[in-house]
Amino acid sequence: MARKVLVLGEVRDGLLRNVSFEAVAAGKTAAEGGEVIGVLIGDSVSALTQGMIHYGADRVVTVEDEKLKQYTSDGFSQALMAVINSESPEGLIFGHTALGKDLAPKIAAKMESGLISDVTSLEEAGGNLVFTRPIYSGKAFEKKIVTDGILFATIRPNNIAPLEKDESRSGDVTSVSAEIKELRTIIKEVVRKASEGVDLSEAKVIIAGGRGVKSEEGFEPLKELAAVLNGAVGASRGACDADYCDYSLQIGQTGKVVTPDLYIACGISGAIQHLAGMSNSKVIVAINKDPEANIFKVADYGIVGDLFEVVPMLTEEFKKLKVNA
Amino acid sequence: MNIYVLMKRTFDTEEKITISGGKINEDGAEFIINPYDEYAIEEAIQVRDAQGGEVTVVSVGTEEAEKQLRTALAMGVDKAVLINTEDDLEDGDPFTTAKILSEYLKDKDADLIIGGNVAIDGGSGQVGPRVAELLGITYVTTITKLEISGSSATVVRDVEGDSEVIETSLPLLVTAQQGLNEPRYPSLPGIMKAKKKPLDELELDDLGLDEDDVEAKTKTIEIYLPPKKEAGKVLEGELEDQVKELVNLLHTESKVV
Repeated sequence: MARKVLVLGEVRDGLLRNVSFEAVAAGKTAAEGGEVIGVLIGDSVSALTQGMIHYGADRVVTVEDEKLKQYTSDGFSQALMAVINSESPEGLIFGHTALGKDLAPKIAAKMESGLISDVTSLEEAGGNLVFTRPIYSGKAFEKKIVTDGILFATIRPNNIAPLEKDESRSGDVTSVSAEIKELRTIIKEVVRKASEGVDLSEAKVIIAGGRGVKSEEGFEPLKELAAVLNGAVGASRGACDADYCDYSLQIGQTGKVVTPDLYIACGISGAIQHLAGMSNSKVIVAINKDPEANIFKVADYGIVGDLFEVVPMLTEEFKKLKVNA
Repeated sequence: MNIYVLMKRTFDTEEKITISGGKINEDGAEFIINPYDEYAIEEAIQVRDAQGGEVTVVSVGTEEAEKQLRTALAMGVDKAVLINTEDDLEDGDPFTTAKILSEYLKDKDADLIIGGNVAIDGGSGQVGPRVAELLGITYVTTITKLEISGSSATVVRDVEGDSEVIETSLPLLVTAQQGLNEPRYPSLPGIMKAKKKPLDELELDDLGLDEDDVEAKTKTIEIYLPPKKEAGKVLEGELEDQVKELVNLLHTESKVV
């Protein structure tokens, strides 16, 4: 059944986030031959509309207003509802990002609709659009369908491949005006802690440290390795509880669930709660002094050794590889 | 201050997940308060202790959630309410839960509602914002700090590792992120007192709802376990050679670098 699907693009530091293109690809699947419309909301987004089209959107609708410079649930929901009211879509796809997680349930409540969150794949099967998502932090998966109302899903970054970029594609760009009023939350300040590196949820490579890292300074060699691989640094709960790093780096059942291409666990024993947060990574490397550590059971490759010896050596080897590449 | 906490009973994080008859096997499993809801309970108690007022913890579920509600009472919550859906509902989704909670809360004049930002079982993270929207109040999700002064609130929100400092006002719904506080353990006197605190039980009827009003909008058609990972390869030999081999394997065999 062909459907009209709206896909919300997301802007960070003046660029479209990768998850926007993944959402367009998901939107294409959900549309089943129908129209895919990119939606961009902000104070100045016109320059970014072609990106959505090059990655597969048929056309783009923008809502621009000074009050939309920063994300607020009130502002963005008013903007998005204006687009929904003018387009009457049959499907909605957002990224399962900080913004998507905050905004999607509000929109779903406004529309009295269902919402399938944190989707890692979707496909047409037996006349239904079937959404797959992790439950119990990835210890199990469920397949869900929508039984009533609009198809609405948020997709987890890094799981659905974007379509090939095609710069010859073109499409209409229109704007919808929305009266943005009564913003009940005001953002006074943004403290950028994540700016040091790549965002964990979208990182292709994650170097994670556990108790074995021993101190805040102990994360330095991990950061150096992450820098060489253009990756992000993460941590186990043990490392966070011991104050070696900020809780925002925590990966596990409480904390972030990540699925990078490469996960290098350094000095992490591999408690079941941590494994839940990372065991669906494509390739896992474990570095640990204890050959009996649980982490080796989920690792594709393991090195038994002191991370403070192994990690700097790895950094050097990867540097050589980059030079030769 | 009239404070409500939204709580869910979930599997203990230590539990292995198995499936029987197409469902998650609950036999013999340990259950706990959803860890993020524990932060919510702790925060509610701290706000009450600083500002005065009363904390009520609410859970939608079955009779079995009484144990977790008692634990919340033992931590210091004043009252507990179980909305028991056992006889009325077979399956629900976040639409269902949010609708029930908002019907319960709509005439309670809550100044502050706190929930966890996500439950570690279903993992949708929808209920908090949905409830706020249905009640017509403001919300801030994934908070790591809450300061209330009169009817205004300053909240720090975790946004993928960055922090936003947000000013807003009551009534307000917030969802707790890790780092918000350090939840207390119930004390022995707390556990004794909890036995005498009120734990009310309601059904959909009592909220003027019937099954159709809260019928789920989505349906789970299959639950399965991820494929078991094959045991990996632990490298051998001199450390230096292992490192070289590893880089080579990542580059040529698994092609991730």
